[in-house]
Amino acid sequence: MSDGAVGTEFSTEMPEALRAEGEELPPGIGPYKLAWRRLRRNKVALAFGGLFFVLVLMCVLAPVYANDIAHTGPNDENIAKALNQYGLPIGPTWHAKFFLGADGVGRDIAVRLLYGGRSSLEIGAEATLITMVFATILGIVAGYFRGPADGFISRAFELIWAYPVYLLGIALGVVLAISGLDLGLFKIGGNSLLITAIIIGVIYIPYVGKPIRGQVLGLREREFIDAARQQGLGHLRIMFGEILPNVASTIIVFIPLVLANAILTEAGLSYVGAGVRPPNASWGTMISDGIHLLPAAVHTMLVPGIMLVLTVLGINVFGDGVRDALDPRARIRIDH
Amino acid sequence: MARFLIRRSLSMVLVMIAISILTFLIFTTIPHPELQFAGRFPTADTLAHIRHQWGFDQPVYLRYLKVMKLIFSGQIVSYSQQINVVQQIFQYLPVTASLAIGAGIIWLLTGIMFGVLSAWRAGRWLDRGLTILSLVGVSTPVFFLGAVLAYYLGDKTQILPAGGYVSLTSSPWDWFKHMILPWFALSVLFIGVYSRVLRSTILDTINDDYVRTARAKGLTERQVMIRHVLRNSLIPIVSLWGLDFAAVIGGGAILTETVFDLHGIGQYAAQSAQQLDIPPVLTITLFGTFAVVMIGAAVDILYAVLDPRIRL
Repeated sequence: MSDGAVGTEFSTEMPEALRAEGEELPPGIGPYKLAWRRLRRNKVALAFGGLFFVLVLMCVLAPVYANDIAHTGPNDENIAKALNQYGLPIGPTWHAKFFLGADGVGRDIAVRLLYGGRSSLEIGAEATLITMVFATILGIVAGYFRGPADGFISRAFELIWAYPVYLLGIALGVVLAISGLDLGLFKIGGNSLLITAIIIGVIYIPYVGKPIRGQVLGLREREFIDAARQQGLGHLRIMFGEILPNVASTIIVFIPLVLANAILTEAGLSYVGAGVRPPNASWGTMISDGIHLLPAAVHTMLVPGIMLVLTVLGINVFGDGVRDALDPRARIRIDH
Repeated sequence: MARFLIRRSLSMVLVMIAISILTFLIFTTIPHPELQFAGRFPTADTLAHIRHQWGFDQPVYLRYLKVMKLIFSGQIVSYSQQINVVQQIFQYLPVTASLAIGAGIIWLLTGIMFGVLSAWRAGRWLDRGLTILSLVGVSTPVFFLGAVLAYYLGDKTQILPAGGYVSLTSSPWDWFKHMILPWFALSVLFIGVYSRVLRSTILDTINDDYVRTARAKGLTERQVMIRHVLRNSLIPIVSLWGLDFAAVIGGGAILTETVFDLHGIGQYAAQSAQQLDIPPVLTITLFGTFAVVMIGAAVDILYAVLDPRIRL
């Protein structure tokens, strides 16, 4: 079999162009290097990717800000200083403490914003990991074996797909908040962040698993798979050594999309009380607290809301750039 | 045709049975369910009554049949409020239907318009502007957008009502004014998704042979776009629309209904969830998913009627 089988069709473009310039044919430019070159030219996508990176960095450094600049923790209530004579929270100030104002019980919003961001990003990342790992394994197994395995997995995808996202989210949220989750080896308590991450992760599996399965159905009929089989490779080696690299670009394209949706879903579930539970802060719970304070103190809602929109927008624009770079002919179809 | 109809209906029923089993199983994992079902201050009598009525003293499959009988005979009762859940859902249905139908029309038409404009001007500034707009749309959580709209256009400037619902029969004009913001807030996300999907389908179709044929036989660009390209590109949009519309009418617009205080099915689900009141959450989840499955089947059948190429 040819070495190029793993590399898909992209790799034919660049050597031609280079030869025209009179250079030696290079040892071969992989599809990812090509994609990176295309991405590097897309300044807008890079800028938004950078924005996302900065926001993540700020949230990671939350304890530094809390201890060394604001000198207050995310759950410290300071009613004397942070509420005005009507009992309403103060707005943004020019001091290090209460830089973005205070919330309804006198907690520093800037500090909570960063700690809340840690929860939101953590849940988003965990949910994305769960979705991607299971969707990849199930999608490849279903597409590769077809028959009963495919029948079972595809039906399961179909079932989860049919549930409206937020209805399934609150149903699972209610049940798991009551009972916790017993995974045999370890037990997760009802108000752990992981519960929310698992719920969101499971809900999005079919959205990624179905397209991967579809792609594998086509790949398994190709010559390089026949060749691998003739060489005597086992099913596992073929699935994860031969097929997986060929669906890798689909997987990469889906990561930012799932991450953005997971963060939004966390916020939505937290808003209706089926996600992150107090005293844990997340952007969703902060917006929700702010909405309840509404006519009086708009900043309690606007600050976390804008932060959330900027983060998700950063992921989405960067993800769009990544898709254009990896898949310039838009062959990977994303429905919904 | 008849065979397809029967086969599709049969598979729809099977999926609905599977969904009822799965939904039931989700809610059976709760330890000591009768305690949770009974609300905050249960008496020994209520506990025994619930245990018997829901079949907690019986094997799982009997319990499943019992719960389904409760739901589909319309006798399921919310234990924290002692209210019949199915009656309650039907009482909330007009609100949710107002939201779903109005928003559904807005997001379908606007989504198609933006998608067509974007594809028509692909790569130009109009396309880029619409792309940015749709990315902002899909990045904004609906309840945040809703709260911002309700605050600035409602509470602060009093241009439109910030929330609440007035029934269509009591005052059509007030009904309309109360629904404008919810319709808009709910539509934004879908407009973003639909316009991007339509844009890429149109750009795919535009290179097909039959489009070249249509051009070659001398049709105007407008005729080619509307009669040939758009007609085929709308297929994925219409099936998406069917599913999303079904999800909203089945109570899926939980966030929109909650933020605008529309007493619809979604808000009922959210409020029940906050009180850990299981029967309404169970029933709404089941009905909402059924709505998606049934409308999905209806869309498939509609396609088979309209498009002679589809014979599954």
